[in-house]
Amino acid sequence: MAGDLLLTSAEWAVVGLSLKVGGVAMLVTLPIAFAIAWVLARVRFPGRVLVDALVHLPLVVPPVVTGWLLLIAFAPNGPIGGWLQDWFGVSVLFRWTGAAIAAGVMALPLMVRAMRLSIEAVDRRLESAARTLGAGPWRVFWTLTLPLSVPGVLAGAVLGFARSIGEFGATITFVSNVPGQTQTLPLAIYSALQQPGAEAMVWRLSAISVSLSLVALVASELLTRRAGRGLHVL
Amino acid sequence: MSFEIDVRKRLGEAEVALTLAAGDGATVLFGPSGVGKTSVLNMVAGLLRPDSGRILVDGETLFGDGIDVPPEARRAGYVFQEARLFPHLRVRANLLYGAGRDTAAFEDRIGFLGIGHLLDRWPRTLSGGEAQRVAIGRAVLSNPRFLLLDEPLASLDRARREEILRAIEHLRDVMRLPILMVTHDPDEAERIGTRVVRM
Repeated sequence: MAGDLLLTSAEWAVVGLSLKVGGVAMLVTLPIAFAIAWVLARVRFPGRVLVDALVHLPLVVPPVVTGWLLLIAFAPNGPIGGWLQDWFGVSVLFRWTGAAIAAGVMALPLMVRAMRLSIEAVDRRLESAARTLGAGPWRVFWTLTLPLSVPGVLAGAVLGFARSIGEFGATITFVSNVPGQTQTLPLAIYSALQQPGAEAMVWRLSAISVSLSLVALVASELLTRRAGRGLHVL
Repeated sequence: MSFEIDVRKRLGEAEVALTLAAGDGATVLFGPSGVGKTSVLNMVAGLLRPDSGRILVDGETLFGDGIDVPPEARRAGYVFQEARLFPHLRVRANLLYGAGRDTAAFEDRIGFLGIGHLLDRWPRTLSGGEAQRVAIGRAVLSNPRFLLLDEPLASLDRARREEILRAIEHLRDVMRLPILMVTHDPDEAERIGTRVVRM
């Protein structure tokens, strides 16, 4: 019975792939999410509401639709897929890179939300004080806006990472369920559920999923509180 | 003339308008709250754009005639009502934020403020009077051409006010920086102002 609690090497591979997909998705999405969050927090422009809605779309659209739209865009004859094929000779279909793209798109709204709140919480009066001390807009950004919003940025990154590891619907629609390439934790659990006698595996992988999510949520909450107290993490 | 100001600015229902030409020393803008005294300082600092008019300091146009010098190039030493110290930087880094490479004269220039023992502290651990003295030091070290003081005593108790008032007199009489100061307190206006402008 004790042997049932230990992961097999195939299951370790699933965990490793999930961490890779989640990590890459989070790191690539991070600067994009921060840029969008900054624009939404600081720039008034016509159509801002629409951009806000578009960013949040993956949160409410059925994931299968998001996956299908990604498939159209990244197919070899699609607008982005064709370009990748012509210039780099690569395709992301059925590959872990595709799984990371799906995870990143699904994590984007959560990351933008957390970062936007922390950018909005930065006291603009400090920034105007810095301007009078001779700092141009870029120096103000690097020395004040960014460091003061770091706790929120980290909270968003942790949430995005956790969301990426849990991504299922868009991934299976977009890049299918390929062991070793796109079969992350939720997809492996789904496969195991369809096999008779694999309940122990479902339990083990689910326990890992729940633990990872719990750690991420606690970390994100602690960082958010830190941001609320105005403390520095740099 | 140290300051030549002729500005208009509509802010919601109210209109702020001021014309003044002031020589050396300290010019105090005196009047009740809500008449736009702080808005005038913000316009001189470049943080608020006048609807029309001109702002000259020491004969150089900062605003008007198609010129609008950005705040970072105006060399205004602005001390706000709240100290506005950067919370993620220690006192030393706050003081040096606007100082550029010119850190040699550090002790010479702000020794009179008596904040040498605070350099390694975080801003949130300072008292109101200490924070305001650091804010004055930070403005002075940014090598300003003139000073803007917005009710610098407003958040302080009586005992702390005296030390800040002495610091302002030092800026006026020893460092000889042109000062534009806002207050609603007649005693402060009387004591600091080389001239007092009612708003």
